Amino acid sequence: MNFTSDFPVLDQTVHGHRLAYLDSAASTQKPVSVIEAVSDYYLHHHSNVHRGAHALSERASDMFDNARARIARYINAAENFEVIFTKGCTEAINLVAYSWGRANLKPGDRILLTEMEHHANIVPWQILRDATGAEIIVCPISDTGELEKLDELLDERVKLVSLTHVSNVLGTVNPIKEVIAKAHAVGAVVLVDGAQAVGHQRVDVRDLDADFYVVSGHKMYGPTGIGVLYGKHEILQEMPPYQTGGGMIRHVSFEKTTFAALPDKFEPGTPHISGAIGLAAAVDYLEPRLAEAAALEHELLALAESAITEIPGLRIVGTAPGKSAIISISMENIHPHDIGTILDSVGVAVRTGHHCCQPLMRRMGIPGTVRASFALYNTHADVAALVAGLKKVSEVFGE
Amino acid sequence: MINELYRELILDHGRKPRNFRLLESPTNDAEGYNPLCGDQVHVFVQVEDGVIKDISFQGQGCAICTASASMMTMSVKGKPIELADKLFRDFQAMVTQKRPEGEVFDDELENLEAMAGVREFPSRIKCATLAWHTLQEALHEKP
Repeated sequence: MNFTSDFPVLDQTVHGHRLAYLDSAASTQKPVSVIEAVSDYYLHHHSNVHRGAHALSERASDMFDNARARIARYINAAENFEVIFTKGCTEAINLVAYSWGRANLKPGDRILLTEMEHHANIVPWQILRDATGAEIIVCPISDTGELEKLDELLDERVKLVSLTHVSNVLGTVNPIKEVIAKAHAVGAVVLVDGAQAVGHQRVDVRDLDADFYVVSGHKMYGPTGIGVLYGKHEILQEMPPYQTGGGMIRHVSFEKTTFAALPDKFEPGTPHISGAIGLAAAVDYLEPRLAEAAALEHELLALAESAITEIPGLRIVGTAPGKSAIISISMENIHPHDIGTILDSVGVAVRTGHHCCQPLMRRMGIPGTVRASFALYNTHADVAALVAGLKKVSEVFGE
Repeated sequence: MINELYRELILDHGRKPRNFRLLESPTNDAEGYNPLCGDQVHVFVQVEDGVIKDISFQGQGCAICTASASMMTMSVKGKPIELADKLFRDFQAMVTQKRPEGEVFDDELENLEAMAGVREFPSRIKCATLAWHTLQEALHEKP
């Protein structure tokens, strides 16, 4: 099955070469059905939500509610209101750090992160640490890119574990269910950064028993600027609001305000209605294709890895068993930025640099990597273009 | 087109950067950093009577960044500061602006002409200018 034709943007040439888009871990392209869902909403239904006294508002509100329900069903949340719309993972983590963190952490409490976290899952916790007197401890990783010494670090002092489901650099798929069970055993709450997971594998938040699970829509074929914070009902219920304003209140006077119920409590202002509708359309597109997509991505990963390891001086950073379809590449004496430019010149789109993971780069002893990441629209031809491009890099930089 | 960027001279300076060392007691120095790609350059200068007597750099970056820094040190060494400033302006114009028909570079800029290919690669212009901006800072924002 070939899904490429569902993505019109891929049908183009770049610098005279067929585009091979291998930067899906940064952002996936959008299928026609998502583009049409957003366009249909603006062409025929747009209005503000929250039940204005007219037909369009009623319709927009229904579409917005249905979008939430669709996403709740996809991740198997128990209640629709456990799905809070945010701008993406970054805002979702900031929401939890600000709201849950300030209400629950005190001096001496520990926040456990890992060496493979994205800056978005580091910086909000540093701000929280400075505000509360809590400490940050970091779970190290092995040379292959797997968590190490988690058991030694987990004790009753740890109140929160925040880690990524899938590493955006190494492709490592962390054993999230196991980590959550261990964290719960010492009484810690767990936030899972699902940015690189939900678009590529089945995620069941109840089976994982995640307390918080964050999602970015644009990394799973949806629009930019929309994402999700999933939180367990009983935890979200107790959390104070993050941002405040209209739409999230029950009653306001100049003396006092009472807040709305979930999910409105965490969604002040006019929400990203078209984004939510587009994200639901992305779920509609992805869900029936998920198994086939995962198989294809892993096939391309294996094909690419076996072909590029033949290139002299090339090393793959991140070799955990069962990894996701992300390849980080390091080439001896050739800077990632130069590799990226040469690949671009033959139509191959990759990411270069530290990928918002500077501590991980330091851990691996490299300034950055070249990252090729796959999605369901990629093909054998894309792999061939990558391999040919990397060989060209070797040629240009060969002595 | 890619060979216009990675010319032999640039690859050579990238592999074997000249004046890539610490300066014992520089009169001026500055550090430049490009957070986007992680390139970093530390430029050391020995200025005497308004003349750049000696110059060196250290750091890590891509081939374009390293080669540009290396070629810069060669082109400004022994030159008065005013000439280094002019060269900075000319270099910046050369890598950012479209090349006029029949453009001729003056003698000083001619040695840097290999870098002109960068202008076809907008995402790489900052790599080529980082060392130059850092030199400007070293020369004019003396602590």
